[in-house]
Amino acid sequence: MKRRFLSIMTIAGLLSVTALSGCGNKGGATGNAGELYVYNWGEYIDESVIEDFQKETGIKVVYDMFETNEEMYPILEAGGVVYDVVCPSDYMIEKMIQNNMLAEIDFNNVPNIKNIDPKYMEVAKSFDPENKYAAPYTWGTVGILYNTSMIDDEITSWGDLWNPKYQGNILMQDSVRDAFMVGEKLLGYSINTTDKAELEKVKEKLIEQKPLVQAYVVDQVRDKMIGGEAAIGVIYSGEMLYVQNEVAKSGEDFELKYVIPKEGTNVWMDAWVIPKNAKNKENAEKWIDFLNRPEIAKKNFEYITYPTPNKAAYDLLDKELQENTALFPTDDMLKNSEVFKYLGDEGDGIYNDLWKEVKGK
Amino acid sequence: MNKDLRKILAFPYIIWMIGFTIIPLSLIFIYGLTTRDGSFTFANVLSIFTRDHFKALMLSIALSIISTIICLIMAFPLALTLKGKKLNKGSLIVFIFILPMWMNFLLRTLAWLSLLEKNGIINTVLKFMHLPGLNIINTPAAIILGMVYNYLPFMVLPIYNVLEKIDDNTINAARDLGANTLQTIIKVIIPLSIPGIVSGITMVFVPALTTFVISNILGGSKVLLIGNVIEQEFTKGSNWNLGSGLSLIMMIFILISMAFIAKYDKDGEGMSV
Repeated sequence: MKRRFLSIMTIAGLLSVTALSGCGNKGGATGNAGELYVYNWGEYIDESVIEDFQKETGIKVVYDMFETNEEMYPILEAGGVVYDVVCPSDYMIEKMIQNNMLAEIDFNNVPNIKNIDPKYMEVAKSFDPENKYAAPYTWGTVGILYNTSMIDDEITSWGDLWNPKYQGNILMQDSVRDAFMVGEKLLGYSINTTDKAELEKVKEKLIEQKPLVQAYVVDQVRDKMIGGEAAIGVIYSGEMLYVQNEVAKSGEDFELKYVIPKEGTNVWMDAWVIPKNAKNKENAEKWIDFLNRPEIAKKNFEYITYPTPNKAAYDLLDKELQENTALFPTDDMLKNSEVFKYLGDEGDGIYNDLWKEVKGK
Repeated sequence: MNKDLRKILAFPYIIWMIGFTIIPLSLIFIYGLTTRDGSFTFANVLSIFTRDHFKALMLSIALSIISTIICLIMAFPLALTLKGKKLNKGSLIVFIFILPMWMNFLLRTLAWLSLLEKNGIINTVLKFMHLPGLNIINTPAAIILGMVYNYLPFMVLPIYNVLEKIDDNTINAARDLGANTLQTIIKVIIPLSIPGIVSGITMVFVPALTTFVISNILGGSKVLLIGNVIEQEFTKGSNWNLGSGLSLIMMIFILISMAFIAKYDKDGEGMSV
């Protein structure tokens, strides 16, 4: 559930990507044994890891990036570009499994999967019930980040995002499910509800909040929080270390604090999957295995700062990081939280239409 | 040049046009007129009449019209001044005017974001001088500013080009026959510059109507334009069919503008003969 990227660059690139996939210019071509087509979120890997992998295995990696799950899916579906290994989020993996787009991973070729904490293989079962298709890569929560010099109160609840005191200083996520999740948890609904009456109420709640919101943002939430432009915002736990480091580096005298609201939140997971039409499945398995080596997973975590489900890598971390409960929350902190489920085209449609109503108000 | 050679020379461009204009356009038509299952439908196109889409379209039209008018009001006197200075194309003022266009459109828009932000450059300066801050970021006003800034050159250049071609003798003749400056402008210069004005208007109106980047960056995604709706269908809704259907509506506006240009350009030629 990765958002860190120059969204605008991707938007600009989208047209060209679409054109390519439409004409089938790119993928289908050369699929000899020595290549691997990787499709991952933007800035979601330490690039030296790709180089290490190429050097060690001699496999040539072709690396492409996407910005949202929804943008990635039709590109894979259209089949103009054939990727060997892709890193979508939980609910999107569920959709791909249902639509028969994924190949089972042969875990005999991925011995390092043993490094993944069994706890997270359990989480993965919520979208991949038999742990056959997905190898967890990162996980985390969605929470509230706030500036302690601009906000004196202790923030504990999603309801704080409706506090008129913070008018014009609130940042919301510009993404349908994330925005609705906030309202759903606040009103005590499931984040996977498709009940129209419940969703109408969430919509009303979000419309009520709109005058207080400074902007709906994706990755700009980081820059705006670092720059002191906004006081409080919704953010992914994986961005926390990055923004806190940036603030420390800039020498500003404020602190950004991350909390998981008491109503519970969305626990998300991004995992590697292999599309059914992959041409280099064995290389894809080598890739997944390589990323799950403890030292590689640690190196990668240090770069992207999104919590790793890799127990062996976690054990290598500094104690201070291991005990950072904003990053690695205790089970108790997550007791009201849920993983996103795929809602079907119809369910997605309801969310999309309601979101347009919120945005159009 | 014989006919065969001409055919061969046109070949690279024909390949280009098939690959990057005709095929993509056909794909938009195919997606726009089918459902997800591939059966034929007008529902995607007609969905423009649902409340949210129609509202977004009307807001886009309103903001584009305002931006176009502002551009026109600023561009015409500027082009007239440039003509009056008897500048040639290589002159410094024209150069300075075109200079920002060499920078990427997205970067220029992002620059406005850091200028207009609450703690941005403009507000920091205003605060330093103890003046009240400027709070237009994330409002339609900021979007209009972004549109005017980005598309102004597209208004100035066509008008300037047309004005430059007007023979000075025509203006002198008007003066000889007793017209004052205002009468000369209204009765002679403006009618002669209609082709430039029309092409300027379409070159500002059409991109302003379809933009989604400016409203995302300067509007904080709080203002939903029709471009944003289409973008959302592609990147967030995974619904290429609906996105393409709405794009076809946008295409209607583009066709109307092209018809306008064609009409007035023809008149323009007729007058200059």
